[in-house]
Amino acid sequence: MYQYDSYDQAMVEARVEEFRDQARRRLDGKLTEDQFKPLRLMNGLYLQLHAYMLRVAIPYGTLNARQMEALADIADKYDRGYGHFTTRQNIQYNWIKLEDAADILADLSKVEMHAIQTSGNCIRNISSDHFAGAAADEVIDPRPYAELLRQWSSFHPEFTYLPRKFKFAVIAAETDRAAMRLHDIGIRIVRNDAGEVGAEVYAGGGMGRTPMIAPLIRDFVPVDQLITYAEACLRVYNRYGRRDNKYKARIKILVHELGAAEYTRQVEEEFAHLLSVGVEPPREELARIAAQFGDPAFVDGPKTIDRSDPDFALWARRNTHRHKHDAYVSAVISLKPVGGIPGDATADQMRIAARLAKLYSFDELRVMHTQNLVLPHVRIADLPAVWAALDAAGMGAPNMDTIEDIIACPGLDYCSLANARSIPLAQRISERFAATGRTAELGELKLKISGCINACGHHHAGHIGILGVDKKGTENYQLSLGGSEAEDVSLAKITGPGFDEDGVIAAVETVTGVYLAARTEGERFLDTYRRIGMEPFKEALYG
Amino acid sequence: MADNLGTSPDEVQFRFRDDEPVDHGTVTVDACCDQTNAAAVRIEPGDDARVLLPFLGRLALIEVNFPGFGDGRGYSSARILREAGYTGELRAVGDVLIDQLSHMRRCGFDSFAPDKRLDEDDAARAFATWENVYQRAADTRMFGRATIADKRHEG
Amino acid sequence: MKILTGNDLGSGAVTWWNGTGWSLFVDDAVDVGEDADEILARETAARRVNVAYTIDASIDAGGHVRPAHIKDRVRALGPTVRRDLAVPTADKTGWDWVI
Repeated sequence: MYQYDSYDQAMVEARVEEFRDQARRRLDGKLTEDQFKPLRLMNGLYLQLHAYMLRVAIPYGTLNARQMEALADIADKYDRGYGHFTTRQNIQYNWIKLEDAADILADLSKVEMHAIQTSGNCIRNISSDHFAGAAADEVIDPRPYAELLRQWSSFHPEFTYLPRKFKFAVIAAETDRAAMRLHDIGIRIVRNDAGEVGAEVYAGGGMGRTPMIAPLIRDFVPVDQLITYAEACLRVYNRYGRRDNKYKARIKILVHELGAAEYTRQVEEEFAHLLSVGVEPPREELARIAAQFGDPAFVDGPKTIDRSDPDFALWARRNTHRHKHDAYVSAVISLKPVGGIPGDATADQMRIAARLAKLYSFDELRVMHTQNLVLPHVRIADLPAVWAALDAAGMGAPNMDTIEDIIACPGLDYCSLANARSIPLAQRISERFAATGRTAELGELKLKISGCINACGHHHAGHIGILGVDKKGTENYQLSLGGSEAEDVSLAKITGPGFDEDGVIAAVETVTGVYLAARTEGERFLDTYRRIGMEPFKEALYG
Repeated sequence: MADNLGTSPDEVQFRFRDDEPVDHGTVTVDACCDQTNAAAVRIEPGDDARVLLPFLGRLALIEVNFPGFGDGRGYSSARILREAGYTGELRAVGDVLIDQLSHMRRCGFDSFAPDKRLDEDDAARAFATWENVYQRAADTRMFGRATIADKRHEG
Repeated sequence: MKILTGNDLGSGAVTWWNGTGWSLFVDDAVDVGEDADEILARETAARRVNVAYTIDASIDAGGHVRPAHIKDRVRALGPTVRRDLAVPTADKTGWDWVI
């Protein structure tokens, strides 16, 4: 993985000192809250329901054991002993003091971490495939391109006050494991017929109030023009994105209102201009970065999993992913214990994950946007030991991509934007389906819960999606069906009138019942929904 | 000639030029296109800076207004003008605060007339925040400043 | 009644106007009547509170201050899913009325 050189280190340290100075000026009264808010947001510091919340960046979801241990230490030293892994591969701490924030950033900088641009109207964390560098189906590791974009976007002087936040995702496989089409810019690294590496570029995707799937705007940008092209996309957005209405300020609205063809035309014009200006980094820079993402020293070994222990076998079947090396798999560390808080990990659990990474995964971990963790390179021979350790630590739930593997935003328990709580819903749903034994029967079922229309729980992309709304001061929930964040991307449709908490849990049971009754061989919930449509579900729900 | 709607030299708190500050009346972008003798113009966030490209030769001062510091369109306007070869004074005016100074400088601003005068020490620190830079901008182009990637691969 | 709530600037802790200062406990909140704007302006300028605002509240049968809006009740007590991290409060009935 990428290691900072002295330049990178100096940049994060300069940022820490800049923020320390900004925080001092706020505490001294030289900055009003209105003036300070964008500055603290650009260092990941929100003011939430109970305290300040700090969102630490985990660039493209990759970190090593030392970094994970540092995250555990921060949880213990400055917070309340736990952290929350997010749907953008970052980690959040909920009980932070402004007085401590600069010191926390300083601690992070010692392990090559930061909270740079994890909030604010600027370019955010570049997300990627959590199986990058391990998956059998990728063209190339997408993360060097994500790192190149990360450096380009950090403290970018022109794009620090965009109309709104800006999110990139970079993948390099046909399979989309990063919800790429639902980002402001989505990039798929491909090879053209001549074998050259380049980028398919999609622009104008997003969830939130008005979910949209990003259209393709360029089918091939050569890698040595990628930064120039990104700069062109951003400049058009910075100049012409709406600034009159916060809820219409994302690039998806601009692309929608101009039409993809016109947005593309403006980008191509700016791109031609910027090519003549010359903004691309030297070619050698990508090579320098890519050299740090080489394969670890894989060791040969058994290629089959011993499935004699049924519990281990279930976990191995559900929570491991095929690796490009046949003696290895990628293993998922579940943060979805039945009845637990999705994505939360205690400091001790983080330390256990770090230890397992050192022992069994070449010192590397990943964060999934589905709020689990990954050990990307585990020898099949080591799987039983890994599983035993995870199971003992409460991180061995064998439920990846099942109805128990719920994505839920923090919701009204933590977030000042929320209308309803999402975590208790996730807890009750996973408990209900685990108790009735339905989880296995249902197979792949991606259920996502958002506590408000900002859709941080990605409910638009859920096979089953739940949105919390405020109904005259009480919590109410809308149910939607048929969304997908994968390469078969689609946006979920609302079933009809909303439900209270008990009602929506019953509704989830109802729709899964409809699926089980109607499905044909091999169909997932999503497939059955797509085949039979909304009507049978509506009928069952509302009679 | 339109009324002077620009800032005067004594409102300029920071200036990184050796020449004398322009003290002409500043006109709007629309007026600039009509008047063949306008030498100073003010760009608003919604103006297209490229409209000024035919007139860059006679412009000695371009002000870019930031009515609210959160509206970042002026940064693009600045870079666009420098990319087009404008070498005159490029002045950031309006809601210009300490924490925007270094980015504004990188985008090509060489003069700053904030609505409220800024603390000199805070400003000096702000301009000096970044010893190195990741990405190309007006400063790398105009002053040959090397980016971090340039330095990594020089020679 | 109208009460004032905000966050402590330095610590981020949720606070409630008790008539003379900012308390961590919702039960200390007092009715500010017509004086809300004046108090908010003064206290914000002095940085004794951050992002403070006025809310409706009532006194319940047990004599406890109950904010009208669900969001402020969660702020008063703590995350409903982590009662171990609740704001220390004398009101053991708090969890009954938070939602």
